[in-house]
Amino acid sequence: MTLFALGLIGLLTRRNLIFTLMSVEVMLNASGLAFIAGSYQWGQPDGQIMFVFILAMAAAEVSVGLALVLQFQRRIPSLDADKASEMRG
Amino acid sequence: MLIAFYVAAAVAVLATILAVTRRSAVHALLYLILSLLAVAVVFYLVGAPFVSALEVIIYAGAIMVLFIFVVMMLNIGEHATEVETTWLRPSTWAWPSALAAILVVELIYVVVRGARPAGAMRVITPKEIGISLFGPYAIGVELASLLLMAGLVGAYHLGRRAYREEDRYGADTDRRRVVSGDDAVRAGSDRTSHAA
Repeated sequence: MTLFALGLIGLLTRRNLIFTLMSVEVMLNASGLAFIAGSYQWGQPDGQIMFVFILAMAAAEVSVGLALVLQFQRRIPSLDADKASEMRG
Repeated sequence: MLIAFYVAAAVAVLATILAVTRRSAVHALLYLILSLLAVAVVFYLVGAPFVSALEVIIYAGAIMVLFIFVVMMLNIGEHATEVETTWLRPSTWAWPSALAAILVVELIYVVVRGARPAGAMRVITPKEIGISLFGPYAIGVELASLLLMAGLVGAYHLGRRAYREEDRYGADTDRRRVVSGDDAVRAGSDRTSHAA
């Protein structure tokens, strides 16, 4: 719960793209922790399986996200998320 | 064992607070790795040793290595060496090492006290997870493989475009710049059509 809140705060306050991705990782990790806690509470393996799926999803997400960050840095020589406002209507 | 759990949880929360408030990305990554290791200790203490190992191997290993690679790639430049000397100052790694030392002490304590995580109601073994994973959750495994495949292809596509644009810094700049500019425009429109 606290970890999730910290990740959300990081996501909302930081403008650097690397920090944004790191905050998303923290939030995913916190949700996985909640699943493990449920698995512990009921003594079933299902929560741990959900954590394995979250892990796979986080790996896919972070690879695509970091490729996007590299691409962003090539186009706009900065890592500031506010600079990417070219599509403003 | 309860005290070990609370200490690990406190280390996790503290390391995460420090991670999201650091200014330098490498310092934040250091604290984030520490946070993941602390969460792995918590997992072990609540009777999930398999998931704890996965957390260390995949999160703290593979994903953080990806992050570090990208941070290092973005820092390429003539001032890289002085940046590195700044990073290697003792004040940078003293606090992460202290928190990691707490985790090591805890690990030794748990190992000495006995292999079984005593706080757990019931330890869920990897065998149980495997039976459940390939029994009722087989469709989920297939979907995860599909997702990983999509992630692989997407990351490859984005990385390849970036690589081609880098060519414009090579020889015969003028002609190449016109061509690659055209290419960049086309790539952009390509992406927006994908997004739509």
